[in-house]
Amino acid sequence: MQHRSALDKVRHLGSTHSGAEHWWSERLTAIALVPLSLWFVYSAIGLTGADLAEFKAWIGLYGNPVLLILFIFCMFHHGHLGVQVVIEDYVHNEQVKFLAIISTKFVAVLFGTASAFAVLQLTFRI
Amino acid sequence: MASENRPLSPHLQVYRPQITSILSIIHRLTGVTLAAGALLFACWILAATYGEDAFAFAQRMLGSWFGQLVLLGFTFALFYHLGNGIRHLAWDAGWGFEMDKLRVSGWIVVLFSLLMTCVTFIAAYTAAGGT
Repeated sequence: MQHRSALDKVRHLGSTHSGAEHWWSERLTAIALVPLSLWFVYSAIGLTGADLAEFKAWIGLYGNPVLLILFIFCMFHHGHLGVQVVIEDYVHNEQVKFLAIISTKFVAVLFGTASAFAVLQLTFRI
Repeated sequence: MASENRPLSPHLQVYRPQITSILSIIHRLTGVTLAAGALLFACWILAATYGEDAFAFAQRMLGSWFGQLVLLGFTFALFYHLGNGIRHLAWDAGWGFEMDKLRVSGWIVVLFSLLMTCVTFIAAYTAAGGT
């Protein structure tokens, strides 16, 4: 008698469908953020007290817009995944929990998209 | 429904505080702090799209004593979360679970974050021309 379901029957069902997705995305963005955040801090130091002309000149430098957009994507993605875990751990009320998780995701996408668009705007002087 | 009031996992108050648990809690606190920092970053970069005056205002706010205090906090949070994040990635790779290694790597993270926060602020003051 077989005590286990065949692998091909459980694949793409239940927890085998996407169980590790959240964990994996969190790690991938974490790895990317190691060099990206160090680069950002280094850049931000150089922008201490800069005016708009100096800021635009820095954004216009080759490679900077791409690195900034990657930094923005990874930061907001990693951030909302992390905050989601904290909410799941500490918010006990189901309704409040889902409302908080949905709000977190919406705010992250809104601020992330706005930031990335700002980079394009400043790069192409729209 | 019976599952309405189930206890959730991290029971902070039932354990004796120790270096491993304190560092773990700080990792979460700095993570949430940095999520708020991401929103401040967005405001900063969006200010630049509104023109000269808006960006100058944002830069002046960040340069004020209160702004610098906030940035000091975010800088420490970033380097702590970065250092401890690397520690987490090492654990994911299966390295460093022994108690002695946990303590050593933990203290390295604390020293690293304090040192890098100082280095960043000294560099920023130097870049600003010693003001």
